[in-house]
Amino acid sequence: MGKTLAEKILSLKSRGDVKAGDIVVSDVDLVFVQDTTGPLTVRQFKETGCEAPARARQTILFLDHAAPSPGKELANDHDFLRRFAQETGCLVSEVGEGVCHQLVAEQFANPADVIVGADSHTVTAGGLGAFATGMGSSDIAAAMALGKTWFRVPETFRVELSGSFRWMVFAKDLMLYLIGRIGADGANYKALEFGGTSLKRTGIPERLTMANMAVEAGAKVGLFPSDKITRDFLTDHGRANRYTPLHPDAGADYERVISIALDRLEPMLSLPHTVDNVSPVTEAKGVKVQQAFIGTCTNGRLEDLAVAAGILRGKKRHPDTRLLIAPASRQVLARAIEEGHIASLVDAGATLLPPGCAACCGIHQGVPADGEVCLSTANRNFEGRMGNPAAMIYLASPATVAASAIRGEITDPREAI
Amino acid sequence: MPRQVLKGTAMKVGDNISTDHIIPGRFAHLRSNLPELAEHVLEDAMPGFAPWARELSLRSEGKPVLVAGKNLGLGSSREHAPLVIKMSGVGAILAESVARIFFRNAINQGLPVLLCDTGRIADGDELEINLADGTVVDSTSGVTVECSRIPPVMSAILDEGGLIPYIQRHGDFKL
Repeated sequence: MGKTLAEKILSLKSRGDVKAGDIVVSDVDLVFVQDTTGPLTVRQFKETGCEAPARARQTILFLDHAAPSPGKELANDHDFLRRFAQETGCLVSEVGEGVCHQLVAEQFANPADVIVGADSHTVTAGGLGAFATGMGSSDIAAAMALGKTWFRVPETFRVELSGSFRWMVFAKDLMLYLIGRIGADGANYKALEFGGTSLKRTGIPERLTMANMAVEAGAKVGLFPSDKITRDFLTDHGRANRYTPLHPDAGADYERVISIALDRLEPMLSLPHTVDNVSPVTEAKGVKVQQAFIGTCTNGRLEDLAVAAGILRGKKRHPDTRLLIAPASRQVLARAIEEGHIASLVDAGATLLPPGCAACCGIHQGVPADGEVCLSTANRNFEGRMGNPAAMIYLASPATVAASAIRGEITDPREAI
Repeated sequence: MPRQVLKGTAMKVGDNISTDHIIPGRFAHLRSNLPELAEHVLEDAMPGFAPWARELSLRSEGKPVLVAGKNLGLGSSREHAPLVIKMSGVGAILAESVARIFFRNAINQGLPVLLCDTGRIADGDELEINLADGTVVDSTSGVTVECSRIPPVMSAILDEGGLIPYIQRHGDFKL
């Protein structure tokens, strides 16, 4: 019987011949926490009685969710994590470096790696072929202590992609469509494995966006095979030697195959308050938007800022719409400055936020008021997600958010150019 | 299992209760102050949850049981979510379905989660949960609800009171 990507990676990392449904103990190549899950993880790690992490240099503490700190409590949490790193040799990713998942993709993730992070969007690294998944702090503390974790090998849903996106339709629209189709728990406990003829035209930034949102369908991982595009990305990021060919076997056993023709998709929107509450943008046009937010581990990459800048260049945000931009990393910010995107966005009236999670998770930097609508490129629109349960969050692609920021209302990006 | 039979009063919430309902980001500054954080548990989904859970703990012999609909705990990996539910006095969770990370986190905190048709249980019903045979007897309505069993690997972790005590005792995964 052929193997899925999930079965292949977990066979390799558990040194066994495993199939869906098996319970395995797997080696872990990278363990990380962020600043809102890290303090609990570190306290639990200390409770295990372990003196030091099994592999300190593959253990990373990212300061990104509350960065720079909005208050003394979170500042003290940052201090606590920095001290732990000094004591143990773990790495700290400082305030302003960017969102953990973007930095994991830029600096650490490789095909066939097993990566666990105390953040649900750890799945993002599946775009590079890593079996990457989010866990709670007990599991991460155990993985830090032991250098391994346990998994139930997931059954796989194969997402078979054909054709090309039409103009102004993006990976984000595909994921909103897919989640709308299968539901927010449609892939609970499963692996999503992306494949098909479209992959040869799907860059790593798009793959990261797609893998990132796998968890919004409940999936354990969102996995891509590796190919020339993966190898080129690794080479550009100084890790050419970490490339490994990774493909599912012919005859792999899929629980379900979902075929999507990309050229039939249109700009999509997720409406409050669940990600699977999806409709085409055209059906929600005209909803007034008080805050437009472009950034996050889903859509804060260079390509996303380039699309937004292309739409906003020479135009102005609507006077009633605040426009917030948060690059996903320092590298993204630097390149967006070099390429002129930041100038275009700032000239259009955008407020530039530091690289990090920014307004996404309700801690700071753009909490909407009661009754306000925030149109965001993030991955979640749960009630209260952005810090106010009386606000409404809609999710869309950077193009839709940029177009809507100009008109002050939800706008089909195909009409704003 | 440490205790095979749990008793308590049902506290019912709906479908799609996310980790942002359970403990939203606006309380991120309280994550190193767990007693204070626990005061806010589920307040956006069910105002007054924490004091009501305390009241129920005092009133009946068991611990309150959180009874949820579909996809409980979707969203973030924050283990603070099941942790503050447990700190509020809840002794077990019943749900129609539960998001993957939340399920693991609850078990890792030593908080039993059983899956069943929770539509048959009403808010305030007195429940008797038998962990060994996977049944819930609703003594208010007289209905017995069958639950899916907790997988053996998770049961072993639950038996030790959670993952950290499990690691303390075994020093490794003994699966």
